[in-house]
Amino acid sequence: MDLSLLNQTLRDERQVKAEIEKIRRRLTRSWVLMEICGGQTHAIMQSGLDQLLPPEIELVHGPGCPVCVTPLELIDKALAIAARPAVIFCSFGDMLRVPGSNQDLFSLRAGGADVRVVYSPLDAVKIAQQNPERQVVFFAIGFETTAPPNAMSVLQAKALGLKNYSVLVSQVLVPPAMHAILSSPHNRVQGFLLAGHVCTVMGYQDYLPIADQYRVPMAVTGFEPLDLVRGIYSVVKMLEQNEVRVENAYARVVKPEGNLAAQAIIQKVFQPVDRNWRGIGRIPLSGWGLRPEFSEFDAELRFDVGNIQTSESPLCIAGQILQGLKKPFDCPAFADPCTPQNPLGAPMVSAEGACSAYYRFARSSASMKG
Amino acid sequence: MSEASFPSMEGPVCPLPLKHDDQIILGHGSGGRLTHDLIKNIFLPYLSSPPLLSGDDFARLTRPNGEVVVSTDCHIVSPLFFPGGDIGRLAVCGTVNDIAVSGAQPLYLTAGFILEEGLPVQTLVRILESMRIAAQEASIQIVAGDTKVVEKGKADGLFITTTGFGFLPEGRTINGSQAQPGDVILVSGSMGDHGIAVLAERGELGFSAEIQSDVAPLNGLIQDLLAAAPHTHVLRDPTRGGLATTLNEIAAQSQVGMLLYENTIPINPAVQAACEMLGFDPLYIANEGKIIAIVPPDEAEAALEAMHRHPYGKSAARIGEVTRNDAGRVLLKTRIGATRILDMLAGEILPRIC
Repeated sequence: MDLSLLNQTLRDERQVKAEIEKIRRRLTRSWVLMEICGGQTHAIMQSGLDQLLPPEIELVHGPGCPVCVTPLELIDKALAIAARPAVIFCSFGDMLRVPGSNQDLFSLRAGGADVRVVYSPLDAVKIAQQNPERQVVFFAIGFETTAPPNAMSVLQAKALGLKNYSVLVSQVLVPPAMHAILSSPHNRVQGFLLAGHVCTVMGYQDYLPIADQYRVPMAVTGFEPLDLVRGIYSVVKMLEQNEVRVENAYARVVKPEGNLAAQAIIQKVFQPVDRNWRGIGRIPLSGWGLRPEFSEFDAELRFDVGNIQTSESPLCIAGQILQGLKKPFDCPAFADPCTPQNPLGAPMVSAEGACSAYYRFARSSASMKG
Repeated sequence: MSEASFPSMEGPVCPLPLKHDDQIILGHGSGGRLTHDLIKNIFLPYLSSPPLLSGDDFARLTRPNGEVVVSTDCHIVSPLFFPGGDIGRLAVCGTVNDIAVSGAQPLYLTAGFILEEGLPVQTLVRILESMRIAAQEASIQIVAGDTKVVEKGKADGLFITTTGFGFLPEGRTINGSQAQPGDVILVSGSMGDHGIAVLAERGELGFSAEIQSDVAPLNGLIQDLLAAAPHTHVLRDPTRGGLATTLNEIAAQSQVGMLLYENTIPINPAVQAACEMLGFDPLYIANEGKIIAIVPPDEAEAALEAMHRHPYGKSAARIGEVTRNDAGRVLLKTRIGATRILDMLAGEILPRIC
């Protein structure tokens, strides 16, 4: 992999600034854009792109941070399952520090629970094969991007005849969340940067009716500074011309129909279900759950964790941040007492969380904008 | 009774104890014969110095002029061997470097070993040989040591604690509180090599990466640097927490700001690639053979040239400057020309999800 090439192209100051100049020339008024994906929020803050954009462009940060929207109830269920002595609980690393009602997976691990960080759910299947006397549970969270490998792990476990592998599923979907944001009476979002990775899997046909229904232009957008600026340019151009389309500003990766093989795997294992979103609430058909023929792999059925009482920090305004209604700086708890070391809500934990990105990259008065 | 009915006492009558020279057993830590043999046959051939060979429980050392600088460091790396080094080299270099960044010349080292029952003696020998080579390279004597053995499962192969002693020439004040506005920030080479090499060797990357740890004794490089830039204000090795965390510590100690230029910070392309894939930032990854030098502007060029001439400083670079504003903060001018905070590492490094 030659990254110097990346530095000379997609991260090149001259090219990025030239593209920003193109945006500036188009602008006749101010616009509010939302980047859906937490990976994009992170990239914007890490590169400092928000400071270079014309002041007329306001970026608000969307709900696309998987650990941020995983409901508290499910985190408490994860903690209850992981605390059992016969269980090896596997999770993406991001999830370990997300606070449940009383503790997090990290502190559970420090207390002796077998909680392991894996990079892929297929590693959890391997752990199940190697530990036939233990129950291995994988915390299958995420958007459309993590669904194919998570589904694949279930197919693999079934093919191997594993009786000691199960998944605690919290798969969520982008389009229903956009409906929820756009139908809110408080909505300010006028255009969307669509999440490039999600569209790589699912394509972008599903967004055409949303764009039409709410009259908001959208652009499929990548993650490098130049990708992001191109996505913003595409949306601004449509807004200024009063056009509503879904454009693909990430065509080197995303095809209109997405990755059909990955979609087939998802369809085989998952079916649409209602989901609770942390801080936002219940959204109909906003996620995926296991199909009945795979219910033997459902950790919620395998372990009795029905009676969970949750309690959120009263200080945290994560819900309003995830809907783009408020910015992290608007939160009275931001940086004191809520920090990445002592998070009150999930957006302060994940690298993709808006609060964490603001804390890490924009706390200094010198580099704050607005 | 005839004589023949007595058992012969000529040969051994009890079963002979098995010889344990291929792996460590608890008896090696008993303080008795086994311990004695372990030290004599395994340790001393590699870690020999006059005080160690004397067989006493102490070392009497000659003290050159100047203040004494002491540092101690525990080493628990897993795996024990990784591309570019091992726990033995790490244990010598880590302490040598902590002393050397004071500007002192490290002279003596002690080493404490916690061995896990079952450790192959061959493994121990490889690690001792590696310590011998590192100590020789750093011109440091290993003058005292201790060994204990713990039950299987109570340690991860072996742990090594080293303590070093160095001596500081008169009038030299190099520490984290000395950075001054206008100073130039230099690094001696690429960032993140050690941490990524160890992660790759653990098999945690999910792909192979040809990355070597940079673990090395830096006292030679530092002496060359100080000869060229005698008024150097701060030296520090950016180990755990990486460049970002170390610079934040110095900014807080000196109550100054810092401004770095992202496109000047040397990063090995393979390290960059591994970090991009896992969502790590190389500026937070550990180094074991690099220094940060903060020097007055009029000595910066000479310092950089001196590092370039040394084998461990070939890719040294000027990466930023110390500022009066934003005391206690480190700012980064990003590749696309914006400025943002470069914060300390918060907790454990976690891979991101997607």
